[in-house]
Amino acid sequence: MGALMVIFSLQKDQRRKRTDSVEDELELSAVRHRPEGLEQLEALTRFNRKELQILYRGFKNECPSGMVNEDTFKVIYSQFFPQGDASMYAHFLFNAFDTDKDGSVSFEDFVMGLSILLRGSVQEKLNWAFNLYDINKDGYITKEEMLDIMKAIYDMMGKCTYPLLKDDTPRQHVEIFFQKMDKNKDGVVTIDEFIDCCQNDENIMRSMQLFENVI
Amino acid sequence: MAAGVAAWLPFARAAAIGWMPVANCPMPIAPRDHTKRLDELIILNVSGRRFQTWRTTLDRYPDTLLGSSEKQFFYDEETKEYFFDRDPDSFRSILNFYRTGKLHYPRYECISAYDEELTFFGIIPEIIGDCCYEEYKDRKRENAERLQDDQDDNKDCKLPNMTYRETMWRAFENPHTSTMALVFYYVTGFFIAISVLTNVIETVPCGATPSQKDMPCGERYTVAFFCMDTACVLIFTVEYLMRLFAAPSRYQFMRSVMSIIDVVAIFPYYIGLVMTDNEDVSGAFVTLRVFRVFRIFKFSRHSQGLRILGYTLKSCASELGFLLFSLTMAIIIFATVMFYAEKGSSSTKFTSIPASFWYTIVTMTTLGYGDMVPKTIAGKIFGSICSLSGVLVIALPVPVIVSNFSRIYHQNQRADKRRAQKVQKARLARIRIAQAGSSCTGFLQSKRNDLLNDLLELTGSEEEELLLSKSMSLLESQHHHLLHCLEKTTAHEFMDEQLYEQNCLETTVQSCTSRSPSLSSQDTPIGTCCTRRVKRNSPLPNSSMHLQPSHQHGPLQQLSALHIQCGDKLPRTTRLYPIQVASP
Repeated sequence: MGALMVIFSLQKDQRRKRTDSVEDELELSAVRHRPEGLEQLEALTRFNRKELQILYRGFKNECPSGMVNEDTFKVIYSQFFPQGDASMYAHFLFNAFDTDKDGSVSFEDFVMGLSILLRGSVQEKLNWAFNLYDINKDGYITKEEMLDIMKAIYDMMGKCTYPLLKDDTPRQHVEIFFQKMDKNKDGVVTIDEFIDCCQNDENIMRSMQLFENVI
Repeated sequence: MAAGVAAWLPFARAAAIGWMPVANCPMPIAPRDHTKRLDELIILNVSGRRFQTWRTTLDRYPDTLLGSSEKQFFYDEETKEYFFDRDPDSFRSILNFYRTGKLHYPRYECISAYDEELTFFGIIPEIIGDCCYEEYKDRKRENAERLQDDQDDNKDCKLPNMTYRETMWRAFENPHTSTMALVFYYVTGFFIAISVLTNVIETVPCGATPSQKDMPCGERYTVAFFCMDTACVLIFTVEYLMRLFAAPSRYQFMRSVMSIIDVVAIFPYYIGLVMTDNEDVSGAFVTLRVFRVFRIFKFSRHSQGLRILGYTLKSCASELGFLLFSLTMAIIIFATVMFYAEKGSSSTKFTSIPASFWYTIVTMTTLGYGDMVPKTIAGKIFGSICSLSGVLVIALPVPVIVSNFSRIYHQNQRADKRRAQKVQKARLARIRIAQAGSSCTGFLQSKRNDLLNDLLELTGSEEEELLLSKSMSLLESQHHHLLHCLEKTTAHEFMDEQLYEQNCLETTVQSCTSRSPSLSSQDTPIGTCCTRRVKRNSPLPNSSMHLQPSHQHGPLQQLSALHIQCGDKLPRTTRLYPIQVASP
């Protein structure tokens, strides 16, 4: 009888150890990333030391592991737009920041994107915007791509808007955009058409300078 | 490298002098330490509490935050220290890790907070020392189970597109999802009770009539009982067929315990219908009636406690098996002993060993019917040993079963608590609304304030203007600027939820096609806004302006909407544009 009890208790321990090993395997795959040193980043971007420090602290606070995956990015971005659904636009933004397409945004990606956006020349900023709109990165913005982006932007407004959002408002907006940008009326907007058109538009030029002093 | 090994390296290198006389070839050049500097104290300021340690202590683990150049991001030039805005209590264990090489998990710490700190400082939790690893793992598993429970509860919510079949299945499994399901649940419960009750009453002697002797009720009122039985079986059959139809995996459903119980409960009736003519098999027919008692097991769908009991017994199968086995051994031993002890005495009831089994069982479970009693002295001695050992053998596995039951019961209680904490979900929803509301109503409020500002400028009361403009922090104003840019991009404005509802009502009262053409003339991504209307349903405290009365609609007269007309004359901002008043 005593032998039985001993065998019985051993079995229980074995079962527990087996489940432990499975969990351990899963945990070791947690990703941690450390960024390049301050000096390298200073050289790569147009931020100075202090600004990089501030940026990193904020970044690390939200993502202690040093990498942002798409879900975290969506959660962070959605906090700024409580009334609407910012997830689609956050998805496009994430793809624009994730330049090496590895599924997560590291601090380098983040800070280099910001460097273009905040400290870059107008040409670079327009380039970045074109990159954002061109979802499949083939060098042309089609109407479908623009419609997706437009819907994502309108989704962020939510439904409590004045005047009431109608279903074809994004489509109308896309039509207006294409009328302006597509000079040769071939149904797609190339980077040159885009940059040309924006440089001729005062409003756009003025608004590009808007966020210079964000940091 | 671990701290200990690094500390011993100089000794190992010095001891290498012992090889020199024996070596034949020249030795390689030793690596120079270019960064030779005196070890310095580093000050780590964690939320005000200052920790100090040597630089080399931190350098022991170069793949963590503190050991690498990553800490330069947190260096404060003025105070010459590294500032971290984190919890100083948890930091204690992290710094101890650098000092001693062992990471400990403090028991009072919340597991998720601790995990976050470890992730922040780049330390993998696997290196927690053996002394604390068990505790850490247990807490982590508990937390994961809790999160899993939460997720499972969320899955309970109705999916938007469910087929009829899926809805039915869901209604069967969770009766509280709809009223129909609840009604069905109670009806079936009622009929199970009726069925069990009739089975019981059938056998009660119903009182003697003068012509016949005492008869059980079943034989007296055969027709009534037969009708009752038929009705119950019909209901059960219908229920079984409906469940079979709705089940997502019919094969799996047919194999489940509950469905087998259902089948066993209704089958005897049908077999009885078929076999009533044949007299020979009537004995078997009576036996089949016994199976009707299984209908009582159908109650386990209705009772949570029964299910828990059944589940406990299933999960304690090994303990129960052990109990049975040890009891069997003891019974055989004691029965043999008692038989041979009582063999001598005359007219003894212990006629064979199997006959003694009955005595042994009754004695070991301390029942003691007294129909078999030992008469010899040896028999009595062994009989008392038998009863004493019976108590022990039964008492041993019982705590294991009890602890299993307790664990499962508490798990279930936790799930119930979670379900009852729809209150919890309502609380979360309230928090979310408060946060969302505050940021958005803050934004709307600030818009009104700005508008009011401009008007006050017109009327020239400066103090009020200053009051309103100071009420926002830099962060808020930047966030509002962002939301404002989004408004401009889409040429739509954010609105209060309540105002939106009222707006919806208005647009259904009057067709609002007049408004849309003015907005379709949008162009650039950051376009120009054409109309702006501020609607308020409560007047501002210091409103001393002339306001036009609202246009009153029939059903919406309680709406005190104010139109503030502003012309292009305002030079200050580009935000205000001619207002378009909606046609009543």
